[in-house]
Amino acid sequence: MQLKQEWKQQLVDTERTCNYMRKTMLFVPGNNPAMVQNAGILGASTIIFDLEDAVAQDEKDAARNLLKNALETIEVVNCQRTVRINSLDTPYWENDILDLASSGVDGFVVPKIEKAADIERVDELLEKVLPGNEIYLIPLIESALGVENVFEILKASKKIVAVFFGGEDYTANIGSLRTKEGKEIFYARNKIVNAAAACNVEAIDTPFTDVNDLKGLEQDVITAKSLGFSGKSAISPNHCSIIQNGFYPTDKEISYAKDVIEVAEKASVEGKGVISLYGKMIDKPIVLRAIKVLKSVGMECDFTYE
Amino acid sequence: MNKQIPSIKEAILKAGIKDGMTISFHHHLRNGDYVLNNVVDEISKLGIKDIKLAASAIFPVHGQIVDRIMDGTISGIDTNYMSGPVAEAVSSGLLKEVAVFRTHGGRPRAILERSLIIDVAFIAAPSSDCMGNINGVRGKSACGSLGYAFPDATMAKKVVIVTDNMVEYPNYPISIDETNVDYVVAVDSIGDPSGIVSGTTSVTRDPVAHVIARKTADVIEASGLLKEGISFQTGAGGASLATAYYLREKMRSKGIKGSFGMGGITGFYVEMLEEGLLENLIDVQCFDLEAVESIRNNPKHLEVSSSFYANPSAKSCAVNKLDVVVLGATEVDVNFNVNVLTDSNGNIMGGSGGHSDTAAGAKLTIVVANLLRSRLPIVVEEVIAKVTPGETVDVVVTDKGVAVNPKRQDLIDLFNKAGINVVDIKELKNLAESISGKPRKIKLTEQIVAKVEYRDGEIIDYVYKPE
Repeated sequence: MQLKQEWKQQLVDTERTCNYMRKTMLFVPGNNPAMVQNAGILGASTIIFDLEDAVAQDEKDAARNLLKNALETIEVVNCQRTVRINSLDTPYWENDILDLASSGVDGFVVPKIEKAADIERVDELLEKVLPGNEIYLIPLIESALGVENVFEILKASKKIVAVFFGGEDYTANIGSLRTKEGKEIFYARNKIVNAAAACNVEAIDTPFTDVNDLKGLEQDVITAKSLGFSGKSAISPNHCSIIQNGFYPTDKEISYAKDVIEVAEKASVEGKGVISLYGKMIDKPIVLRAIKVLKSVGMECDFTYE
Repeated sequence: MNKQIPSIKEAILKAGIKDGMTISFHHHLRNGDYVLNNVVDEISKLGIKDIKLAASAIFPVHGQIVDRIMDGTISGIDTNYMSGPVAEAVSSGLLKEVAVFRTHGGRPRAILERSLIIDVAFIAAPSSDCMGNINGVRGKSACGSLGYAFPDATMAKKVVIVTDNMVEYPNYPISIDETNVDYVVAVDSIGDPSGIVSGTTSVTRDPVAHVIARKTADVIEASGLLKEGISFQTGAGGASLATAYYLREKMRSKGIKGSFGMGGITGFYVEMLEEGLLENLIDVQCFDLEAVESIRNNPKHLEVSSSFYANPSAKSCAVNKLDVVVLGATEVDVNFNVNVLTDSNGNIMGGSGGHSDTAAGAKLTIVVANLLRSRLPIVVEEVIAKVTPGETVDVVVTDKGVAVNPKRQDLIDLFNKAGINVVDIKELKNLAESISGKPRKIKLTEQIVAKVEYRDGEIIDYVYKPE
């Protein structure tokens, strides 16, 4: 019991200093200095500074300039910073990447990706500016075509760490109405989660768009988590804590994961093949799941399954 | 005996107001008050000059007083808080005398000790009977507690009640009774109800304020004071009231019941009282209609005088029973001194109110502030006006870090244990300046426009006219 208390503290401490998973991705308008300045403290694990929909045509350059300076000047802790660039059918996206690649940005969210060739174009340009995988890409899938091609898209670039589902545009595209229950996006959500798992990247769910309906948000987070999403985007800072808590493993899950790893390590040292915990057999999927849980809260976990 | 006088003008004459006298007002009608303006107007019409205005607070609604300052009717102001045109006029050096800023506890001390002598107190009353038994809970201009008027009623040489709601004798309940009252004047209206109390005071939606509030609630929990019987006071808006929101969440989830909530009371505190999360409310001032309704109907919601609330010379006062107070700031400096009196340009825009009193009394005094507002750092090298001394401030919580007064090593230890990252307050100042740049120092003239009197009577700072 003593040991478990220590683990818990260790987990809490680690969680404060790092976030491996993009649990909460908060949209912040890229042209609002006050919000850009405070973005890092609003409780999101990742910020998406938006240069696309939030910024009017004639403010694209000014916003990009503001973001470049902000990213270079303002330090954040416990928070990754991404930029949603303009889509590939605009004259802005290339400058977005060229100007911001060396600003300290962690990744780019690329909207309206429909096929592998789209993300390849972005990968190619970014690779020219900054070779390697230092800056990651997150394709935003928001059309019927994008959903059908998602597996190929995710395979197309080594820079991809996550896929982001945009439910609003998608629903408009398939000719349905967006509802809070989300039956109309059920297929797309499943397909995206499955492709993400197959490519070993994270799946980020569409934002919940009613800023004031916190109960509805809670329900939507439960749905998204149960479908296999690892995180969710937010359009309001007031949504961050609910999303963050919703995707954060419960104390029980964390404690169980530690127990699983402990018996697995012990079995490995003792050379035992079959292991059990609380009377249940512990096999590979359970151990892998435990590793995933611990990593998701920032715990180091050296155990590898052989 | 007939105390009823047909008009304010006649009350002024009867009370014998002459050049150089001091008249007093309470601020329970807040930004809806008509009484102060009307009385000063009548005094001016009578050609009386050099009046000292001892109003517990002055609001934008009192803007017309500026003309009375210009024409010499008003030559001095003694108050605890000032905002709007009168504050601007004082900042511009238009007032003949140096204005005096006191605290909500310092004012009753000065009055009861007779260092602030009131010749005539004009007490606006939402209901009165013919003999001057008054309360603030009945009538169209109901404002709830009348706490700030109590010392004036007790000590003024003459007391004039001004009411727009004459009721049968005896009035009930009685907040201030007839034994102190000389005259009663009935008028059509003592104030604009929409300016007296607002509708529901809602918790802010500003995400940065919520970041600060959550952190502050964590700080309170880590201090060990969040336990059965906790008493606290927060402000009525911004991050301060939002802190009460998160405290309530913590109290609910831990099953903690508190003792009392105090200060300017809002509907939020009434909810906590009714939910049983607080045993009592100690109320010197109601901020909204829910609070007025509650003080009228709920015996656990107590109306108290400003002396009871915070008078440091009283045999005891309630601020000393506070566990936690959460206060705002327009500036806080690296020595934890707080300015709530001027803005960043040195212009008067507030005053201590109960700030210094609660800071001195509470076991844990927390000041909450954004590290930057617009482009200006809020944590600075030295505040423009020192209103609440740093010795009485324990913790400063900003959106970008928590600093603890070095003399509270006990708190630093507790916070470290709880995993709350404590930084040196100088680091906060440097962090702010790293974002905004170091602001150019504002230029002040040599002219003193106001002095800051601490709750015990000591002058702790002066306010200079900005250039």
